[in-house]
Amino acid sequence: MKTDIAIEPGVIAKHGITPEEYGRIKKLIGREPNITELGVFSVMWSEHCSYKNSRPELKKFPREAPFILVKAGEENAGVVDVGDGWAIAFKIESHNHPSAVEPFQGAATGVGGIIRDIFTMGARPLLGFNSLRFGPIEESEATDKDTCATNRRLFAGVVAGIAHYGNCIGIPTVGGEVYFDESYNGNPLVNALCLGILRHTQIKRGCAKGTGNPVIYVGSATGRDGLAGAAFASRELTKESQEDRPAVQVGDPFMEKLLLEACLEVMRKDGLVVGIQDMGAAGLTCSTCETASRGGTGNEIDLDLVPKRETGMTPYEIMLSESQERMLLIAQKGREKEVEAIFKKWDLHGVTIGRVTNDGMMRVKVGREVAVEIPARQLAEDAPIYHREVKQPDWEIRNSKFAIRAVPEPKDYAEVLVKLLGSPTIASKNWVYRQYDHMVQHGCAVVPGSDAAVVRINLSRPDLGVPGAKGEKYIAFTTDCNGTYCYLDPFEGGKIAVAEAARNLICSGARPLAVTDCLNFGNPMKPEIFWQFRRCVEGLAEGCRTFGTPVTGGNVSFYNESPAGAVDPTPTVGMLGLIDDPRHITTQWFKTVEDGSSGDVVLLLGEICERTPSLGLGGSEYLKRIHELKTGTPPRMDLAYAKRVHDACLDFIRRGWVKSAHDCSEGGLAAALAECCMSNGNAMVGAEINLSQFTGRLDAVLFGETQSRIVLSCAPQHAEGILRSGLLVTRLGTTGGTSLKINTSRGMFAWDVALLRDVWWNAIGRLMD
Amino acid sequence: MLMKFGVIQFPGSNCDQDCYHAVADVFCQPVRYIWHKDKTLGDVDCVIVPGGFSYGDYLRTGAIARFSPAMKAVAAHAKTGGLVIGICNGFQILCEAHLLPGALIRNRGLKFICDHVYVRVETTDSPFTNACRRGQILRIPIAHGEGSYFAEPNVIEQLKREDRILVRYCDKNGNVTDAANPNGSLENIAGICNEARNVFGLMPHPERASEKLLDSEDGRLIFESILATAAFR
Repeated sequence: MKTDIAIEPGVIAKHGITPEEYGRIKKLIGREPNITELGVFSVMWSEHCSYKNSRPELKKFPREAPFILVKAGEENAGVVDVGDGWAIAFKIESHNHPSAVEPFQGAATGVGGIIRDIFTMGARPLLGFNSLRFGPIEESEATDKDTCATNRRLFAGVVAGIAHYGNCIGIPTVGGEVYFDESYNGNPLVNALCLGILRHTQIKRGCAKGTGNPVIYVGSATGRDGLAGAAFASRELTKESQEDRPAVQVGDPFMEKLLLEACLEVMRKDGLVVGIQDMGAAGLTCSTCETASRGGTGNEIDLDLVPKRETGMTPYEIMLSESQERMLLIAQKGREKEVEAIFKKWDLHGVTIGRVTNDGMMRVKVGREVAVEIPARQLAEDAPIYHREVKQPDWEIRNSKFAIRAVPEPKDYAEVLVKLLGSPTIASKNWVYRQYDHMVQHGCAVVPGSDAAVVRINLSRPDLGVPGAKGEKYIAFTTDCNGTYCYLDPFEGGKIAVAEAARNLICSGARPLAVTDCLNFGNPMKPEIFWQFRRCVEGLAEGCRTFGTPVTGGNVSFYNESPAGAVDPTPTVGMLGLIDDPRHITTQWFKTVEDGSSGDVVLLLGEICERTPSLGLGGSEYLKRIHELKTGTPPRMDLAYAKRVHDACLDFIRRGWVKSAHDCSEGGLAAALAECCMSNGNAMVGAEINLSQFTGRLDAVLFGETQSRIVLSCAPQHAEGILRSGLLVTRLGTTGGTSLKINTSRGMFAWDVALLRDVWWNAIGRLMD
Repeated sequence: MLMKFGVIQFPGSNCDQDCYHAVADVFCQPVRYIWHKDKTLGDVDCVIVPGGFSYGDYLRTGAIARFSPAMKAVAAHAKTGGLVIGICNGFQILCEAHLLPGALIRNRGLKFICDHVYVRVETTDSPFTNACRRGQILRIPIAHGEGSYFAEPNVIEQLKREDRILVRYCDKNGNVTDAANPNGSLENIAGICNEARNVFGLMPHPERASEKLLDSEDGRLIFESILATAAFR
């Protein structure tokens, strides 16, 4: 690329900068920008970096609490206090567009990027999570063979990419979720999350302070890969997106492992590191101007000193490259040798590429020539803010008029449950998580396949850098979001995403603490899409307020559209919970009882079926899978009631009464009961359930997705206490035997648990292998 | 009697912390890290070559690690009868370093597998299995992409003849079947020892199965065997 390109309207438009934004740029720097500066503005002012369309809405989230140590938007990740001087940093981020174009590397670098965000804070990464959405992998009338093959290729590639990166770097991928729906055809969602632990005193900031302090570059050399990925991620996907392949980066988990260890070691030397930031989206551009902006300083770097992988790179290319596994750190003046020695130990090369200045400018030189000179704070902070138009979509109104009366009840109820358990959305995700090392770092207390992941943190680990530390902490984590609900009613869907996350944590014995979210939507310029965004945010915000779980950060991903349209609104909620006592750790499966003793009592917390016209069937997996309908009003979410159910359940668990707890979600009560019976392959347990007193529509009782319900099992002597708690609790039956028997108003249905497990456990593998 | 353990750290090792934790916190033995650039091991009795992706495993698993100064010291330690246990990537490295015969190749399903599996103890005549019963079934996790054990037929014959196959993949009831073989290893081999019986390599992770919290404690028997060996010395 030539460096002396004239800044014509066509060039400006190609950078995604509007004429008004261009005017703003000229006013800001008092002249016409050159091509490199235009590139710098285009990435910093892209939606991905500036949140220019979403910021006013994001302000609606509750973001304050006494236990928040680093707030949303302040740094690379939020940090919360977990007691005794310890803290947890966690964040979720999307890598949807790269994964659509190149699933393996797109997903791998998504994992790499989020891990850097966590250790940049000074935290030791402890676990990874991922929330994935794909188009259907099973042929049907709605999904032809080719589409299906593409979806399978994307799914397999994404999972392999996550496995490649996470397994190699040695951070366990302990959980996540996968949904399949037509709306994700051609535009899969790949949201990766990382969580790490640190002392309050170990928190580092992406902040350039102290005039004259060296700006040090460390990690991989800069190449032409990933040129302007942030701008790429701020456009709709088209057929031509395949040509954007050079905008997808290539990951090197081994390099990142070295960087991780070296950076943590450097950060733990007293006062050595003044500030640190990873080079993620917008690479060198973002890290230089943001650190200066936060520090109220400027910085000056020389591109001749930047390690490069290729010759002849222009300043434009170097500044906009998104080569992976690179960090920028600001060290204390005069101690460069100490930094170098640590990097050398890890066979890395730290290079001083510039200095912190006091003039507030981000100045990029090539030798003696100035290539970029922009006020750092304005570049990082003064992106335009847009208040987008909203309009409730016609389809929401249309779908809300759907009447469940029009749907016939199934003839063969026994078959319906089998079909639901074989639905890739409900089926076991072992095909996915068996490819992830989920046990490394000796903390995996509850393996994937229960309501939430539970991880033990051994505080005496030498690699936490706290000599003499003793003891353990226990955390639970989950990610949740039902995009179909959000499509049908974004406000209820948003509330449900938060409530389900909280419920999953509760079922694991944890108290919910804080949230990170990844907001995946279509093109925000379309008023219907912005309506979905606003309503989902409002739903999430209300949920977070109810459960006292503030939002600590996350990511917005717009433009998730393929030629067929936008994805279902998918505001993924990642929620952290604390387990106060390891004896509270609870799993979803029924427990075996000793021979001769009677089975455990099975109870349902919450209503059997909501009293609305759609009976909890709107937007259900049952309607989708059995009746091929994606319509109706999704289940209602009464947050105050949900909170009461959650509090009661956690109270029962803490009293030691609960042997298993499982949240009712997709597939309804019948699917939840089947999962309780079969999810522990080593010890499957049957059950005898009596639902004959419920005389309404049986499909609503069995497969409706009424919210705020939990299936519990407990020893007979503890059942009374739970039944008399004042909450709505129903005695469903007892555990035992090898089959799941459900007695209903239409007679008795029985399924062999081993057969159900075979369908549920192998459904995805049979489609994929 | 205490036994001194050393855990080698290569760039890219990632089960080093887990091994350290098992030895220090579960078995309360002295343990320290040995940096890959170290030329000596000091006074350690038992060396653990841990799992992970040494040097990224980009060339071939374990192929670069074998050249590190620490591995030269490990070979010398083994030669004088010192105990060496290589777990997962450690097993791959020991094979590359020719401290054990054969090689670990890509899993037959071509995918990384992380899961609890069952292995059967084939012999108790080793410092690593003497606390087990012959035929005892252990539930221990695996986590690898290249764990399919391969060796020439004469090597396999020799391993069998010399009773050097210490553990084989089996089903829940101890049957060594193809269905119970997670990765396509010849003879369902999960772990072998050298001729002198002081070097042991295995793909399953006993350090991940040493606490009740982590769902299985069967891996303890491997460590308890090592400690029992120390007591007899």
